[in-house]
Amino acid sequence: MLLDLRGRSAHGDRAFRWIAIGAGALVLLILGMVALVMVDRARPVLGEMGLSFFSSKRWSSADGMYGALPFLWGTLFTAAIAVAIAVPVSLGVALFVTQVAPRWLKKPMVYVIDLLAVVPSVVFGLWGVLVLSQHFGLGRSFLTAGIILGIMITPIITSLSREVIETTPPSEKEAALALGATRWEMIRASVLPHSKGGLVGAVMLGLGRAMGETIAAALVIGSALGQVTVNPFASGNSMPAVIANEWGEADDMHKSALIALAVTLFVITIAVNLIATAIVQRSMRHSRGKST
Amino acid sequence: MIVGPLLDLRGKPSWRGARNIAMQVIMGLAVIAILIPLVAVVWSVVSRGAGVVLHAFPEFFTAEIPVVSRRAGPGMGPAILGTLLVTGGATLIAVPLGILGAVYLHEYGGTSAFAKLVRFLATVMTGVPSIVMGLFVYLTWTMRFGYSAFGGALALACLMLPVVIGSTEQMLRLVPANLREAAYALGASKSRTILTIVLPAALPGIVSGSLLAIARAAGETAPLLFALGAATAYNPNLFAGANTALSLQIFGNATSSFVAAQDRAWGAALTLMLLAFLITLTARLLFTRRS
Repeated sequence: MLLDLRGRSAHGDRAFRWIAIGAGALVLLILGMVALVMVDRARPVLGEMGLSFFSSKRWSSADGMYGALPFLWGTLFTAAIAVAIAVPVSLGVALFVTQVAPRWLKKPMVYVIDLLAVVPSVVFGLWGVLVLSQHFGLGRSFLTAGIILGIMITPIITSLSREVIETTPPSEKEAALALGATRWEMIRASVLPHSKGGLVGAVMLGLGRAMGETIAAALVIGSALGQVTVNPFASGNSMPAVIANEWGEADDMHKSALIALAVTLFVITIAVNLIATAIVQRSMRHSRGKST
Repeated sequence: MIVGPLLDLRGKPSWRGARNIAMQVIMGLAVIAILIPLVAVVWSVVSRGAGVVLHAFPEFFTAEIPVVSRRAGPGMGPAILGTLLVTGGATLIAVPLGILGAVYLHEYGGTSAFAKLVRFLATVMTGVPSIVMGLFVYLTWTMRFGYSAFGGALALACLMLPVVIGSTEQMLRLVPANLREAAYALGASKSRTILTIVLPAALPGIVSGSLLAIARAAGETAPLLFALGAATAYNPNLFAGANTALSLQIFGNATSSFVAAQDRAWGAALTLMLLAFLITLTARLLFTRRS
């Protein structure tokens, strides 16, 4: 019924093939254009500031000084706090869901955790600015931003970790249990060593996500200039937050500086993602090869 | 077996048992730790948003946004329309292209060098921060053609494209090869096989994956910041004029010191969250029913 052979035509077949190839090539085109357009627009500021764009602490459009160090620091610092919060929780949840929870509980738990991933980032930001920072005395600070980002990346790290952990061959787990190991000893001896690479990759993907997150950070980080400090209660700023907050009032040079920030962010997040993807894929291949 | 040095069974049984239980309790605590923020956020949004929405029902969903933000009163209608326009536009662009891209990767490209490059770049593209895509679309589109919902749709489409490609390719991989072979054996061309046999077989999965991408896109804020401009009135024109969206209204009103503006932010947050949950739920139901 579905198979109608009357419309057979070599032309149509070839045309469809080229359309499909074109759609695939679109990915290449978009990424290439993003890189080209952004670097081109960032050149004026990078030409003028040189490397001091990355090392200077002074960011002032009135003086034409654009030093992005505080924002670079803010991005890395908040992302580090987020990862420090998210990793133990994600790992615990992933192990609980895969190794401890009874079978009937597994699916509902995965659904509920995935719901957390559906909450829009701006809603987390709203909650962060009107509830978390006001009622818990945290104010708008690196720590508040780190907590919100940590909550946001937890479901991603959890679901990736779950996938990695589930590739552990049953034979290895059963071997440990047969030797008389308790469940925790089995996890420590079989599951964790087996999944180590993939878990590192999952955490790095979460890190990349945390660094690129704009809106939640823009709302709760406090938008303070020149802050390069390890004090988590200080207000600061991060690269994406600066772009979101300052674009509206920016003149040409200022816009170029903001685009240079975007390029920096682009390069860092892509590097982190590439390394993470490579680690995950290698460990997946590795484990699949071993289990057969 | 690699179990060797990591498995130390010499400890006293009682001590090992206690440690086993303690570690499992810690894992259980992690589950509670992940539920706390979810419950807290949903509770805040529902408790503060429901009052706002129900107090002026159904005007909250239909009335225009007050021009003076400190003025109390309902109105997220234009933002709801804007979100639907932008997300719908992005869907119309990204889903067909994404499916075609995945068809190329799985049905034509396979393991060829170009297909590997495209697959690799699609993975890279999922990691591009949304604000970078927003800036890119501003520089290439909005600067030339002005504010419009379509610019926002373009930015969201760029974010959705690699996600749709990834999820669709996974679904195509699940279609058994003998279905394709049966079609070829009957003399069907490759394009006809793909369009009438392979894609229909994978359809529930493709729809479900696309819906998840749409749900995420509907909540995005950063890519819309530069493309939409600002508006408080209805603008049903996809291609011209400034527009607004629920996420932008939440972002703008969140830092306002006026309670009326904050109230509208909570109401908009409730609306947006319900929308995203609804789309996700549809996706889940679609997928579990068929598989």
